[in-house]
Amino acid sequence: MLISIASGKGGTGKTTLALLLASIHSDITLIDCDVEEPNCHLFLKPEWQDQGQEVAVMIPQINIELCNGCETCSTVCLFNAIAISGGAALLFNELCHSCGGCILACQQGAITEDKKLIGTITTGTSPIFPAIQFLSGSLDIGTPSAVPLIKAIKEKVSHLAGDILLDCPPGTSCSMVTAIKDSDFCILVTEPTPFGKHDLELAMNITHLLNIPTGVVINKSDENIGDESIESLCHIRQIPVLAKIPHSFSFAKEYAAGFIPDEFQAVAATIWSQLNAKGSEGI
Amino acid sequence: MKELVIVSGKGGTGKTSISAALAFLSPQKVLIDCDVDAANLHLVSGAIIRETHEFKAGFEPNVDENKCTSCGQCTDLCRFGAITAGVITTPFNCEGCGVCAFNCPEHAISMLEKQAGHWFLADTHLGQLIYAELGLSVENSGKLVSKVRQEGKKIAKAKKFPLMITDGPPGIGCPAIAALSGASLALAVVEPSLSSIHDLKRLVDLVAHFKIPLAVCINKSTLHRENTREIIAWCHSKAIPIMGQLPYSDAFRIAVQSGKTVLEMEDAAVIEEMTKLWHNLAKRLEVSITESNIGFFRRKLHIFQ
Repeated sequence: MLISIASGKGGTGKTTLALLLASIHSDITLIDCDVEEPNCHLFLKPEWQDQGQEVAVMIPQINIELCNGCETCSTVCLFNAIAISGGAALLFNELCHSCGGCILACQQGAITEDKKLIGTITTGTSPIFPAIQFLSGSLDIGTPSAVPLIKAIKEKVSHLAGDILLDCPPGTSCSMVTAIKDSDFCILVTEPTPFGKHDLELAMNITHLLNIPTGVVINKSDENIGDESIESLCHIRQIPVLAKIPHSFSFAKEYAAGFIPDEFQAVAATIWSQLNAKGSEGI
Repeated sequence: MKELVIVSGKGGTGKTSISAALAFLSPQKVLIDCDVDAANLHLVSGAIIRETHEFKAGFEPNVDENKCTSCGQCTDLCRFGAITAGVITTPFNCEGCGVCAFNCPEHAISMLEKQAGHWFLADTHLGQLIYAELGLSVENSGKLVSKVRQEGKKIAKAKKFPLMITDGPPGIGCPAIAALSGASLALAVVEPSLSSIHDLKRLVDLVAHFKIPLAVCINKSTLHRENTREIIAWCHSKAIPIMGQLPYSDAFRIAVQSGKTVLEMEDAAVIEEMTKLWHNLAKRLEVSITESNIGFFRRKLHIFQ
């Protein structure tokens, strides 16, 4: 089963939950898809199995000798990544989406493609949690789009059977959508504040649009304030609340130091039993 | 006009709460929320929308079924697996590049401008706020961030305000880059957790890449004193000034619950540290800490007009 953990709002506990769920599983693959700011490795402290596989996208190379400055390429580029300057085409790397449209359009054969590195995928196992097979993506700093890297890391595990957990990026834009796409189930982690609720609703709209079965985990739960409004939202949207993780200063302190305490293992176990039940129902 | 951008790398470190509190203390400013895929600042500032604007960006293909012969040329050329013989099978995969349209032998595909979201001008009790809502599952969050900044600058210029306070997005990708480029000062909010420190270091590299002045604010500094000391030492070694250290306090959570800024919560330690933070920032940005008499009278006069 491919299970993605997303949230909308940042800092609600995606990584915490991913690690909690992975830590009590007997055989699981955990993928850190938050490639802009990956954090899982700080807790797993893995022994990396390799130097890391570099991921590249293809970007156009313009042969100035052959280019006659006809502007066809800049006309077809809907991302405005090519301009004509000094009678020849000039590429702005950061805007290019690697669609290959300019190459098809150029009548002079002046455009070819070359690789541009955007990030790295590393694989490892953790001495603390030997049952976890771990993959982590890291976007090169200054690279605007995380989407091709997230696609590449998901591609790497697409042949795997068994349970796979994806720790996704925050937000609701293209990176998050790419990360949760094709998952069998999506867990949305929220906190019981108006911020948490507002962003949870946006994230629910995305999983609904993608037709992904969804459940909610309320982190930093507080029966006195907030929980109720999250629960009523879930009720209206007919999305189950899988579990609540109570607000705990001691947990926050352990987490700050890079540890996943045993405190909430029972909560993680109840989430797994619900996920497995859904899995055997064919979700 | 100076532009202060509050960022963090890691999400949930307190960007929005701190932005709101700084706006509360700052006399003349425009507020903008650049976290366009999960905007929150309007929730703590009592925002009343005054203007709603459509935001169009990017393109999407539209297939004329009468012209399409299902030849499959588009399928062969699409690198994103979004179209199969004239049918947009997976719209989420489509990047709007137009390769299908430009290369269709029957000219059956046209590219239409895409509705990518909305941006709003709102009146709040912290001043005027511009924020946005990205459309469901669209690209162009960076472009929408740029739009929000552009509109904010227009207002600041028209009102002759010396400062724009920007609540930035998390991460280091296109929205963060779009929010930071050309800013007067980036304030990175970090909490003393290993994750947040790790993410700060990546953010520092990004900010250095774009040559933007940077300062740090440590939030929840009392959560883990050892890590707090480590942040201070690290910033010192990198010559990054620390503008403030806010204590761990429930006041932040309660403030968000009640739709107020943390300064209205009567937590003396937080109020003191937040005020210090604002004074340090104002000094650094060379804007006045409190409202000048001239500004005050000009605004009063404005009411009468």
